[in-house]
Amino acid sequence: MITTSYARRAEVRETTAHLARFEEFERGVSGNSPAWLRAIRTAGIAHFAEQGFPTVQYEEWRFTNVAPIAAFPFKPATHPQYEGVTEKEIEPHTFGGMNCHRLVFLNGHFSPKLSTLLPRPDGVKIGCLAAAIHSDGPLVEKHLGRHASYTDNPFVALNTAFVQDGAFVHIPARVELAEPIHLLFLTTEAGLTSFPRNLIIADRSSSVKVIEDYVSLVPAPHFTCPTTEIITAENACVEHVKLQRENESAFHVAAVQAVQAADSRVISHSISLGARLARNNIHLALNGPGIDSVLNGLYLASGDQLMDHHTVADHASPRCNSHEFYHGILSGKARGVFNGKIFVRQIAQKTDAKQTNRNLLLSDLATVDTKPQLEIFADDVKCTHGATIGQLDEQAIFYLRSRGIGHDEARNMLVHAFAGGILDRITIEPVRQELESTLFERLEREQHARA
Amino acid sequence: MNKNPILEIRNLQAGVEGRKILKGLDLTINAGEVHAIMGPNGSGKSTLAAVLSGKPGYEVLGGTATYFGKDLLDMDPEERAREGVFLAFQYPVEIPGVNSTYFLKAAVNEVRKHRGEEELDAIDFLKLVKERMKVLHLDESLLSRPVNEGFSGGEKKRNEIFQMALLEPKLAILDETDSGLDIDALRIVANGVNKLKHSDNAQLVITHYQRLLDYIVPDFVHVLLDGRIVKSGGKELALELEKDGYDPIIEQESNLVTA
Repeated sequence: MITTSYARRAEVRETTAHLARFEEFERGVSGNSPAWLRAIRTAGIAHFAEQGFPTVQYEEWRFTNVAPIAAFPFKPATHPQYEGVTEKEIEPHTFGGMNCHRLVFLNGHFSPKLSTLLPRPDGVKIGCLAAAIHSDGPLVEKHLGRHASYTDNPFVALNTAFVQDGAFVHIPARVELAEPIHLLFLTTEAGLTSFPRNLIIADRSSSVKVIEDYVSLVPAPHFTCPTTEIITAENACVEHVKLQRENESAFHVAAVQAVQAADSRVISHSISLGARLARNNIHLALNGPGIDSVLNGLYLASGDQLMDHHTVADHASPRCNSHEFYHGILSGKARGVFNGKIFVRQIAQKTDAKQTNRNLLLSDLATVDTKPQLEIFADDVKCTHGATIGQLDEQAIFYLRSRGIGHDEARNMLVHAFAGGILDRITIEPVRQELESTLFERLEREQHARA
Repeated sequence: MNKNPILEIRNLQAGVEGRKILKGLDLTINAGEVHAIMGPNGSGKSTLAAVLSGKPGYEVLGGTATYFGKDLLDMDPEERAREGVFLAFQYPVEIPGVNSTYFLKAAVNEVRKHRGEEELDAIDFLKLVKERMKVLHLDESLLSRPVNEGFSGGEKKRNEIFQMALLEPKLAILDETDSGLDIDALRIVANGVNKLKHSDNAQLVITHYQRLLDYIVPDFVHVLLDGRIVKSGGKELALELEKDGYDPIIEQESNLVTA
């Protein structure tokens, strides 16, 4: 794991309420959990208490001020008693009724009533973590909280302290799951903080596609703080789509940690559309030789939105590829942050790491802070990076107009093309299509707002 | 013969970035005619193409350009295109991520809509496209590629004339279409242009060299110098320029100014 040296803290944010709620949680719900789980929670809260909420003095949080989250009244969704959501309410968020395994979570807690599983090969486990803690105790214990570092990320620490439920996916060796798994996380009440915790384990030579999808069913502020751990054994393949489409007053701070063995493949997509403040930490640990991984992302921010991606490709083994493509489209007064770290350890010879971050600013007030961060300790490697920030190409707009295509249509074509390069990498066709049309609707809406 | 003017330019003055480049240009183009504009570098050839097609950044400082009786200079670029003005770019723009078929279909249907014609469906459109591509010896694989991206210089120029063939303009402006073409590509391009010539449309061929005019034979040749047309004639004027260069005309002009 990479340790990050923080600048000295200038200010410690108030965490009393969080610690108090944890004590209640520990005395109550948590008390019935196995000892190993309680130990993880205790370690989580200890690290959260020690770190507190980060300030902009922390290098890792320089451009993203989480003060509004620290100040947000802390109401953790620790009791799984959420009901009243109907299938009809879920329908718009199903990618047009996509044929898939679908697990629905209300405020972080599994809803068996709303979930559907298709027939699946023997040994495939798709269910909720709360149940797996008992049914698959040893496997969960082996992985839960062992990969996503809570020692240097206070939000992962907080998630770990309140870990209760989320998705549990285990694909046994040599099984290629045909249909994707859709994990739909819904927030149903204003003011709640939820801590979804997902564990995806792909055994040797297996493959699975998972969509981790966040949606608000209320138009009011709430805080979602998920953590996902992905473990790929030798030659396994996981395509992971993290889709964040919460309401524009929500807070969302998420972490995805993938731990990869030799010859495995993780294709990570992060599509950020919603929330007032959204931060994603996506970290791939390339721990065996011959890994081929992709970090692919699109953030579409308008109005006052802030969208932040911090990615890490940690090359800890020879002959691995990591190819990263992140595109941002920003309008209004939106802000984008991208920090892409490529870490090549001394042993990781013949690394091929590529990183590009391109940003399209559609307004005068939108801003982007982008930073490639390469730390290379091996000498026989190929590492490239590039970041661009720009406006739409006026020459291209004129070219399209000179062929009879209207000004707005020409702009849309170019924005679509810019986003299309990212969306095209998603192999789950209904998801890609849905995102295409979401993008289109959003451009239309913004056009009307401009007009 | 009764002449139908397509474009009438009167005392056109225009510039870019505060620099005046066209300094009173007059030109009338009638239906069925091919006009060539020749001139040395910096004489204003490309500025004329830019102003007529409505390229942003170019400023009209005076004069008029009337297209089928309408004020051309008042129209948006897309409106001009829909009305039948076509510019074959000297440097066609690469547009990554925009699929050629999608782009061509959008363009064709915008123009058809404007003419009150029905939009083409995918099948009819593809039929039209394939037929026109053959004339330009273009490979159909270009259709699935992004607009102009990764095209060779020759492919880009042929692609311009291919688009012209699809949009069937009333006034085609060819801005240095010959630049960067080898002789075979030049023949293909010229052949394409010639096939599009009709009694009800016109072509304005802007070129530095006479070479293109061996293949696209103009009815009129105009010499553009310092933002004005200083000499007009038949196709033989192009040959004269090829032989003697622009110097005799430049000299004549400066004598006039001194006198």
